[in-house]
Amino acid sequence: MSKKKLPFITVILSIIGFILLYLPMFLVVEQSFNASKHGQSWGGFTLDWYTGLADNAMVQTTTVNTLILAVVSTIIATVLGTLLAIGIHRTPWGKKMQYFYDMSINVPVVTPDILMAIALVSVFALFRSWTSLFDPGMLTMVIAHVTLETSFVVLVVQSRLVSIGKDQIEAARDLYASTAGAWFRVIIPQLSTAIISGALLAFTLSLDDFILSFFTSGPESQTLPLYIYGSLKRGISPQIHALSSIIFGLTLFVMVLMVFRGIRKERKLARKL
Amino acid sequence: MKSFDLQVKNVSKSFGEKAVLKGIDVFIKDGQFVTLLGPSGCGKTTLLRIIAGFEKADAGEVILSGEVISNKSPAHRPINTVFQSYALFPHLNVFNNIAFGLKSHKVPKDEIEKRVNAMMEMVNIVDLKNEMPATLSGGQKQRVALARALVNEPDILLLDEPLSALDANLRKKLQVELKEVQKKTDTTFIMVTHDQDEAIAVSDRVLVMYKGAIVQDGTPEDVYEHPVNRFVATFMGECNILESERVTDKLAKVAFGELVLEKDPQWAAAPEGKCCGGIAIRMEDIHVCTAGENFDNNVFDARILERIFRGDYWELIAELPGVGNAESLKLRVMTDPDEIYNPGDQVKLYMEPQYLQVLAD
Amino acid sequence: MQTEVFEGKLTTRARMRKFGVLLTGPGMLWLIVFLLLPTAFLMVLAFAQRGSYGSINWDFSIENLRRLVGFSSFGWSPDNLLILWRSLKIAVITTVLCIAFGLPMAFWIANHGKTMRAFLFALIMVPSCTNLVIRTSAWMTLLGPDMFPAEIARFFGIIAEGESLYPGSFAVYIGMVSSMLPFAVLPLYTSVERLDWGVVEASRDLYAGPLRTFYHGILSQMMPGIVASVILTLVPSLGMYVISDLLGGGKYMLIGNLIQQQFGAAMDWPFGAMLGSVLIICSVISLVIFQRVGGKNFV
Repeated sequence: MSKKKLPFITVILSIIGFILLYLPMFLVVEQSFNASKHGQSWGGFTLDWYTGLADNAMVQTTTVNTLILAVVSTIIATVLGTLLAIGIHRTPWGKKMQYFYDMSINVPVVTPDILMAIALVSVFALFRSWTSLFDPGMLTMVIAHVTLETSFVVLVVQSRLVSIGKDQIEAARDLYASTAGAWFRVIIPQLSTAIISGALLAFTLSLDDFILSFFTSGPESQTLPLYIYGSLKRGISPQIHALSSIIFGLTLFVMVLMVFRGIRKERKLARKL
Repeated sequence: MKSFDLQVKNVSKSFGEKAVLKGIDVFIKDGQFVTLLGPSGCGKTTLLRIIAGFEKADAGEVILSGEVISNKSPAHRPINTVFQSYALFPHLNVFNNIAFGLKSHKVPKDEIEKRVNAMMEMVNIVDLKNEMPATLSGGQKQRVALARALVNEPDILLLDEPLSALDANLRKKLQVELKEVQKKTDTTFIMVTHDQDEAIAVSDRVLVMYKGAIVQDGTPEDVYEHPVNRFVATFMGECNILESERVTDKLAKVAFGELVLEKDPQWAAAPEGKCCGGIAIRMEDIHVCTAGENFDNNVFDARILERIFRGDYWELIAELPGVGNAESLKLRVMTDPDEIYNPGDQVKLYMEPQYLQVLAD
Repeated sequence: MQTEVFEGKLTTRARMRKFGVLLTGPGMLWLIVFLLLPTAFLMVLAFAQRGSYGSINWDFSIENLRRLVGFSSFGWSPDNLLILWRSLKIAVITTVLCIAFGLPMAFWIANHGKTMRAFLFALIMVPSCTNLVIRTSAWMTLLGPDMFPAEIARFFGIIAEGESLYPGSFAVYIGMVSSMLPFAVLPLYTSVERLDWGVVEASRDLYAGPLRTFYHGILSQMMPGIVASVILTLVPSLGMYVISDLLGGGKYMLIGNLIQQQFGAAMDWPFGAMLGSVLIICSVISLVIFQRVGGKNFV
């Protein structure tokens, strides 16, 4: 799309939208440097909350749990989701089968989290009558998170697969590649960015989730959001804000890095053309 | 020496209810530059894809050097393709794109290096060796695609509308290069195109396709000058078609009088009053007589209605009054830029018998 | 066996499908065991009864459905229906607000250069990396009596001296929109990028005013994107209860709270399952509607 002149109201509403998204983030960052503990007012600059993180065992264990949960569920969901996307897209399925796949993938995207949570909790209770494997804990949390994330990974990878086009694999075949060769030398390398963004989305979903964890966690598998929710009545410790700021800063940093890479690439392209 | 003759035998293909190819029979001799020419939907691309192995024919066979290859995967056919979209691998640079096929065959590294470099030299892309496809212009991509296919030294190279994405000037230039490369490598080229100028410019032989069948097969001159039917006549370029009735075996009655024809077997054999139908004459083959010029026959009075500037020629719309109760007829005539005729001028038009082409319908 | 060519490979349809089953097998198995089976189980559970001490009594009846619409041993009460109505109201208003902000944002982002566009689009998603609970608690502070949003509201006379914007419906909507907005923008932005501006120019060319141009030229093309956006906002908002819990000051009982209660303190899983089943059916219906209007995938 080339640049258009947009009505002024568009710009105003966009800015308000971004404010709605970022105002809480700025408060979190501000409070992480705020010496006054119950941050209604500015009590001077401090790094205490950051240094204090090193001593807070509860924050540390819950953070580690959160990260383990996010990383493990992301890996499983990415593998399952990528295979699913490829298998759905590159097979001549009949109409009914295709519909079944589409439904199974899209339903988790549109159902409220709480439904997946209670359905899983119920069925875990059922499974528990045969095995203790499904006692509330890290395993049940991972299962819940993977179930949520897989669909999103499929959607992201699928949208890239659609744009790769049939001629790429035909060209590989025409140039004597075997089935495996065509996939590993041509399709997978081109899918890599989509797989990474699918994984990033899965990771984000896991970090953002509260409800699934709330229903499926056990006493030994407290995660950060659960800990925070539990301590809300007492007010959030600024240490949590410090931790959130670190995560926020890291994501922003990665983004800016990616954008700079994009600009460099574009400039290189522009010079050549 | 082995000869790589290609035979397509009675090939048919339908997609669902729609018959795309209806019993195609073609024999292509080794070393020819053959064009499959036709409007979109005529089945030309499907035929090419069947030869390449990307589609399987419902019936019929494809035979290469005496061996039936209909049941072989593209990977097992000594045939390579230049795709319409080029289908360059976006994650590989130019060198690795070209080397792809050789690597599939596990050709030793130094030989790959040698052959790829030689090929890049042939199509003038040596400087682009380390570029990524996204940074290439359309013409460069086209050359890379050509090199990527030819480096495998295929028996037959298939080209699917290879120049359609390029602008007119570049297209003309690459047509010449394509022809040169074909001569240098002495490979059979089979090209699909919908552009009759391109087909005429590059090929040794043109197969005109229409509605799933080959309607005419011949040299470019042949197809252009002697179209067999209305479709070929109009598809190959601007053309006047005169509705006619047979008078004698060399005489036809048209709206504006009687025309003397060269002897045509079909025409001669037909009963009086009825024959094949139209007679085609190209606009550049209608001559506007200058003062004092004299011809034995086929000279008709006409009035100029319009003059259209076409750059390197004038196009005139001339009206020829009907004879008897026939209505007058408008013809398109081409004249040189220095011959100026104005609307309203009365002229005499001469149609040489050898350019009057009897059509089958 | 009838062979065909698929993507440059001569094979049979059956062989390709076998390979497809191999690829989709692990994922589908997972989804069947942990998504379809639990959902089906939930729907069965919905017709069971609560036993003593939270156990489940497998007597099938539609008792839970009757309770859902308000019948109990004490006669009929509108409480549950009011909760449903309130949940629906909040979800609908949130969705309308999200589209109202999301649509201009999608256009605004798409109106930048290629790199800037990618950057702004990613900025939409960044806040989601911070947990919902943390962001919501930030709003609790932000909307407090001494912070600047309250001061601004006071300046315009919207609230009286000493009052704050939190807790209350205003705070709930702010929190809901703030957390749902990214999911509304996502599909909208995709469909703005795919817009055929030729149609818009044609509409202008045919003397349509800005409003008619927007309606016929733009909205008609974006319909699948808008429906996707509505579903992605509406359905999750229906089940969302954490935000209303924290920002509504405990006054906002929603269907989400009700469900959570059944699985928590009330220990009445079958009734919770019935509430959930109704919500699932709503979700699936909305998905079918989405596919009817021509959408295929949400992203």
